[in-house]
Amino acid sequence: MQGRNAFFCGTEDYIASEELQNSINVAVALGRPLLIKGEPGTGKTMLARSIADGLEKELLIWNIKSTTKAKDGLYIYDTVQRLYDSQFGDHDVSDISHYIKMGKFGDAFLSEKQVVLLIDEIDKADIEFPNDLLWELDIMTFDIPETGETVRAKHRPIVIITSNAEKELPDAFLRRCIFHYIAFPDAAMMARIVRVHHPDLQQKLLEEAMAAFYWIRSIGGLQKKPSTSELLDWVQALVVGGISPEKIAKELPFLGVLIKKDQDFNAVLQRLQHPETPKRSSGPGILRNW
Amino acid sequence: MFINFFYLLKAHGVPVSITEWMMLMDALGRGMALSSLSAFYHLARAVLVKSETFYDRYDLAFAGYFKGVETPLELTEKVLQWLEKALPPRLISLAERKQFENWDLEELKRQLEERLREQQGEHHGGGKWIGTGGTAPFGHSGYHPAGVRIGGESVNKSAVKVAAERNFRTFRTDETIGVRQFELALRRLRQLSSKVEGPKEELDLDETIQETADKGGLLHLAWERSRKNTVKVVLIMDSGGSMVPHMRICSRLFTALHRSSHFKDLRFFYFHNCIYQHIYLNSACRIDSALRTEDFLRTLGPDYKAIFLGDASMAPSELIMPGGSIDWYYNNDEPGITWLRRIASHFSHAVWLNPIPAAYWDRTEGTYTINMIREVFPMFELTVEGLEKAVKKLQVRK
Repeated sequence: MQGRNAFFCGTEDYIASEELQNSINVAVALGRPLLIKGEPGTGKTMLARSIADGLEKELLIWNIKSTTKAKDGLYIYDTVQRLYDSQFGDHDVSDISHYIKMGKFGDAFLSEKQVVLLIDEIDKADIEFPNDLLWELDIMTFDIPETGETVRAKHRPIVIITSNAEKELPDAFLRRCIFHYIAFPDAAMMARIVRVHHPDLQQKLLEEAMAAFYWIRSIGGLQKKPSTSELLDWVQALVVGGISPEKIAKELPFLGVLIKKDQDFNAVLQRLQHPETPKRSSGPGILRNW
Repeated sequence: MFINFFYLLKAHGVPVSITEWMMLMDALGRGMALSSLSAFYHLARAVLVKSETFYDRYDLAFAGYFKGVETPLELTEKVLQWLEKALPPRLISLAERKQFENWDLEELKRQLEERLREQQGEHHGGGKWIGTGGTAPFGHSGYHPAGVRIGGESVNKSAVKVAAERNFRTFRTDETIGVRQFELALRRLRQLSSKVEGPKEELDLDETIQETADKGGLLHLAWERSRKNTVKVVLIMDSGGSMVPHMRICSRLFTALHRSSHFKDLRFFYFHNCIYQHIYLNSACRIDSALRTEDFLRTLGPDYKAIFLGDASMAPSELIMPGGSIDWYYNNDEPGITWLRRIASHFSHAVWLNPIPAAYWDRTEGTYTINMIREVFPMFELTVEGLEKAVKKLQVRK
């Protein structure tokens, strides 16, 4: 794959694991959509922007809502407008193409340069939604029956699709995708990610915050473990609050930023107050290798 | 090339298709695996596996194909369960290390087999049994220079080792997991309404054009009703003593149902071990908050989808004898099984969810009653996979 002009290897503000980079490059090379899943807060949506920046391409974002129809992404034929216009006779309504507006897919197809098209949270839409896009994703053309036109992609867009697994996606759709699951970052990776967002952070504060963070994640039976974005917010809160690093492990200030559920909150506090279960692994640890 | 790997994946239950396999061949043809096994591991996974729930099976198949690492599945699953509640890692001094210096692999393997045969449950700390944070040679986060690590952390890097690590074990759908997964399974339980009731709020294009044309071109917008979910659900839960160990998982199902806002109606009822002539409105199961089962059946139409939740384990007498109820102050004229049959015939869709894993249904104390109840209700285990199957069952008439 070396030597290709489109070769993604992360950007300054987004750290992608090697696995993820490989998946992206495979998808780009094979011209297949890349389906991204992962725990909430692992930066799925951020990824598309990073790919666009990394490959120096324009990014088009198609946000999916529960009411979104596949056709909306291709084009919209504004019949009501045309009918209203016909009432007053001050517009030329005989030319239907005036009332055809391209959706994000249409825009991506018609773009003069290759673009990155992000279909964000595809699982929000109706169960049938992905199936309605199979042809367009495969062949990269669609018809507009109203005008008899066929829209053909000038350059095959790089399609990134994110999903929170709220709905199962149809098999036929999955078969056409390259799939990547963003696993939870390990400590070394996490340290790099935090550094990217908070470059001036004190080393001591980072170490303490990370240790506390992984300690909380290691507590058994939490309903919702804190994720990357919550750690970033927490570090932000610690910095703004001017908390000294020594206090972090002892008091877990601003715990509410990390833990969102009452039950979990109590569980963490309980563990904090009963130090017979040693709180942090100070020795052979996950935290020594960055 | 590697065609046996394809069949091995299928044998492990990973749904791979020819399309995807051809895609992989295409990618290999372009040299994307960089002639390295770990690059191949990631490439093949990205192309062939479309859900993290199959990562674990993929790992098993990969490890099996590329190294012949043998994993007796049931055994490791069980041991891994013991290891889930881990103690923190243990530090060890040089002096303590001395005593572990002599070891030999064959001896270790033999001991592990022996322990597996003898050990009955979880264990943490200590020096003999398989567990966490201890000094026995088996388990994880413990210390033994020649230990056999089972699960837990590790720093392996080679692909086969990564595969053998089975990092994605927790994503398997046959595990019993959180509320959210249950919610997702329940979402499939839906049935769209016909267009006869509800407000008209969707634009009816054809009608609009027709009416506008009828009015000589003066625009007239016509509206129609949108389709809504009409599924009505009733959850009937066992709140007896034998359900206490399963409370956590049951409460997850309960929460998931509660959060599912897409049902037209959702009702909860309770019973103690078995249902007789009364059914209860809360989990205390006291007669002052009871409803006559007859009335219950009259008020809830047969179109409610009934989900029973219980371990179905009780003394046979509770099920088959008049007066057999577990509560001494309660006298039932008809045996429980008669009531269950009556209820089953009332609802056109009913399933029984059992928190006891299906694998044990023929082996636990309650086998006799479980099997009797299975003849009345289709029974599924309370896991994500089980719930999905149950939901499918609820979609079709029995």
